[in-house]
Amino acid sequence: MELLIAAAIGLLTACGLYLILRQRTFPLIVGLSLLSYAVNLFLFASGRLAPDLPPIISKTATAYTDPLPQALVLTAIVISFGMTAVIVLMSLGAWLTAGHDRTDMDGGDDK
Amino acid sequence: MTLALIAALPFLAALLPGLTIRAGRTACAATSFAASALAFLLLAAKAPAVLAGEVLIYRLDWLPALGLSAGFRLDGLALFFAGLILGIGMLVIAYARFYLSRSDNMAVFYTYLMLFQGAMTGIVLSDNILLLLVFWELTSLSSFLLIGFWNHTAQGRQGARMALAVTGGGGLALIAGMLILGNIAGSYDLSVILTKGDEIRASSLYLPSLVLILLGCFTKSAQFPFHFWLPHAMAAPTPVSAYLHSATMVKAGIFLLARLWPMLSGTPEWFWIVTSAGLATLLIGAKTALFKDDLKALLAYSTISHLGLITLLLGLGTPAAATVAMFHILNHATFKAALFLTAGIIDHETGTRDLRLLGGLRKLMPVTFAIAAVASLSMAGMPPLNGFLSKEMMLEETVHAGYGPAWLLPVLATIGAAYSVAYSLRFLVHGFFGPAKPTPQKPHDPPFGLWAPPALLAALVILIGLLPMTIAAWLVNAASSATTGTAISVKIAHWHGLASPALWMSVAAFAGGALALAAYRPFRHLWDAAPKPDAKAIFDAAMATLTRAATALNDRLHDGSFTRATAIALATLVATCAYAFATATHTAGTRPLLPVTPIPAIGWLLLVTATLAATLHHRNRLMSLLFVGVIGLILSAGFAWLSAPDLALTQITVEVVTVVLMLLALHFLPKETPRESTALRRLRDVALSGAAGLGLAALAYAMMTRATAFPPISAYHLAQSKPGAGGTNAVNTIIVDFRGYDTFGEIIVLGIAALILFALTESLLANGAATRRLAQFAASRPEPAGDRHPLLMVMATRFILPFALMVAAFLFFRGHNLPGGGFVAGLIAAIAFVLQYMASGLGWTESRQRIAFHSLIAAGILTAAATGAGAWIWGLPFLTSDYGYIHLPPLEEFEWATAAIFDLGVFLTVLGAVMQALNSLGRLARRAGERPARTPYDIDMGEGL
Repeated sequence: MELLIAAAIGLLTACGLYLILRQRTFPLIVGLSLLSYAVNLFLFASGRLAPDLPPIISKTATAYTDPLPQALVLTAIVISFGMTAVIVLMSLGAWLTAGHDRTDMDGGDDK
Repeated sequence: MTLALIAALPFLAALLPGLTIRAGRTACAATSFAASALAFLLLAAKAPAVLAGEVLIYRLDWLPALGLSAGFRLDGLALFFAGLILGIGMLVIAYARFYLSRSDNMAVFYTYLMLFQGAMTGIVLSDNILLLLVFWELTSLSSFLLIGFWNHTAQGRQGARMALAVTGGGGLALIAGMLILGNIAGSYDLSVILTKGDEIRASSLYLPSLVLILLGCFTKSAQFPFHFWLPHAMAAPTPVSAYLHSATMVKAGIFLLARLWPMLSGTPEWFWIVTSAGLATLLIGAKTALFKDDLKALLAYSTISHLGLITLLLGLGTPAAATVAMFHILNHATFKAALFLTAGIIDHETGTRDLRLLGGLRKLMPVTFAIAAVASLSMAGMPPLNGFLSKEMMLEETVHAGYGPAWLLPVLATIGAAYSVAYSLRFLVHGFFGPAKPTPQKPHDPPFGLWAPPALLAALVILIGLLPMTIAAWLVNAASSATTGTAISVKIAHWHGLASPALWMSVAAFAGGALALAAYRPFRHLWDAAPKPDAKAIFDAAMATLTRAATALNDRLHDGSFTRATAIALATLVATCAYAFATATHTAGTRPLLPVTPIPAIGWLLLVTATLAATLHHRNRLMSLLFVGVIGLILSAGFAWLSAPDLALTQITVEVVTVVLMLLALHFLPKETPRESTALRRLRDVALSGAAGLGLAALAYAMMTRATAFPPISAYHLAQSKPGAGGTNAVNTIIVDFRGYDTFGEIIVLGIAALILFALTESLLANGAATRRLAQFAASRPEPAGDRHPLLMVMATRFILPFALMVAAFLFFRGHNLPGGGFVAGLIAAIAFVLQYMASGLGWTESRQRIAFHSLIAAGILTAAATGAGAWIWGLPFLTSDYGYIHLPPLEEFEWATAAIFDLGVFLTVLGAVMQALNSLGRLARRAGERPARTPYDIDMGEGL
């Protein structure tokens, strides 16, 4: 299973970066979302994979998975929403004020 | 504690001028003066102990792991310099009150001056060398502000920039040098470093460390070849020149040489580098000073020359020479500050500082003349003034130095002294003797406030000159004992007998100096005819070259193309990681792997398909967005499977609001991404991102197939979750309790993001081009596909609202023990409200909204902060939590933790931030012609309604 998760992290990273390298704002936002999934998953995986061991303390549980990466990823998910919201509005602002949604300045009409 | 207070007082006082200026200029000056005086008194109170040989140390650990502590140290050397800084500081503050004109912003001036005073006091009192570096940089910055105080003049701006570039650049070298030094010594505390002299000198890193530190000292103290910035710094108001660029800041380099003298001196490297730099500076400064017509330029070069002299003495590396250096620092500070203040008076009263335009001031300004005469004769080295005493001692030291042939250093020192005599006399003779010349203003003696400070200094010049053993010897002893680390008891005398070589060198210097002045005209012709390198032109050219090179490099990396810069960064990252991987040894991980089971495998297949689809169909933006939603859903299922119920809940709720948000944005944006990159470029991007993805996948796999290198700290969290934090959900107790500080920071970030959204929306709505485009959008919008607010959806969302809120409350309350908590509850509540927006439109919902989203965010952060601060009442650190059990009769006994109130803060902030984000887009939609619905569910009856 570890191999599959690692492959998923790699694929999300690669697709995210590829979309970030497209020259428009919307693919960039989508790409950043994919990249945050990859990073969150990576952070989560640092706690190693452990099904059926939720970190809820009880008398019957024999072992628990590592709760710390979960706590970190939880806040990271919420923060990445905040970040996505900011870049969404920035890209919208750029589109509304400049009339195009290119991320590169070499087009010439920005000069 | 007092030591920290002495250093802090000027900084605190820097806050005051802006307020006290409202009570008038005198009040403004008085508060600064009072702070300096208080610091001086505190210092004086500590002086008896220090003079008795004690070293006072005060430590406040800051980041002990990095060796960074707020350590202060008061020994003889620190006392000596701090006394100079605060004492002369008081005089300069008083003088500046009368010097600055009405058009100058006095509050700003005193703020800068106090900032500088604090930084300078900090340097000399620091025990920790990292702290010293912080103060060191602060002096460069405050000096920049003060030189550029008259920033309407080009000289002011250029002089400030040059000083900052030179001293700031030296400061960088110094940081490196000090770090190496600390590394050799194994500590950043001077108290420790001072004991490691032998190790430091024996270290192979001694030379690099020495050179870097000397770069810092030489740039700061204007030593050749970095001396050129000082004359340009004279664009500063004269009180600044007197204080920073003569008496104190330029002596910071000298101070550091003295401070590090026990560790660094005594080697041939030190001897040759420091002595040679000092000697060159001494001669070049003295010679140039003679031919300057501007009073301040003359004094600036003479300052350079005297700094060179002091550096030369420290370079000799003998305790006796270091003692003379200390004595000369004191003497130079008194006579040179007096001279600068006098030059300021002349400028202020006559309207010019040009020696060619001045003359005969002796009769017109008798008081000023008396001060100038005492100070300049002392600078010339005339007995019995204090300048004479230290000059004699200096000449004596050069005889024993052993610098090249025995005659070399004494001869050069005598030549330097002769120049010193010549320019000192020129200042006096050309300025005050001869016939009176017409000046822009009619000269007369200044008011008391202007001449009293230099008069006091001139009195000191005479007193130290007449009674050196009574007035100065104890201070010089304390300073030089602390510098050299050996007990020193100096003998300062006026007469050493006819056999003393210094006497004859002195006589020769006077004769030479007088001759040079008598034959000034032919000398001047020679000087004017000789080619001289223009330091400013060289500096400007060097700066221009550097700027061009930086721009060229920058243009290659960042030509305005975001994708290009990102691709370059990515390629660098991939290459670096590949190199690191290729040059290391690897073994396979041994951790047992989780078997692949069918359902997770199907989920994985879905995830891969959705990711590839989102990428391959990225031109169809809506489609790509939908696939992103699918990925989020599978991820949350994956989290649930991998024992992370909290993450699953958070991921799924965040996914909902993110997709809604992006859909709203897509409403305005183009729906398709055009095909514009070439096949080659796409290939490059696939290769780059593929390599990066492969790398991260390999890293993740390597990590997961190994056990952790150290036992994870979460064992503690799991063990303490119930007994320590009173909750059984370890993830939640980590968030609200163990790592509450992180969470507190996180909700503040979220709040800031929401405020940015608000500000962006405001600025967009105020932007002409944006509103025009929104209006066009409104005109060209397609017909809606059906009802805007369908009845069924409205009814359903109304029905759902209380249930959704109940679910949110339920998850919130159980969060401490079972999956849930403030983050998830906030998101669910937000979704419940967003549904109302979607069903009935922005206008209808907004008109029923009582609380602004900003208030929610603020209330959330304040609640969290108040919960954290509540711990202070019981004398516990910020965010210490507590819990207990409450028994209310009809209910069962239940548990209540303060962390729950903190979680309420999280809940409110998350709710406010999410709503703010969606509301921002909603406001744009309204500008784009979205009409507020008049009824909750308008069955679309067409335009007639």
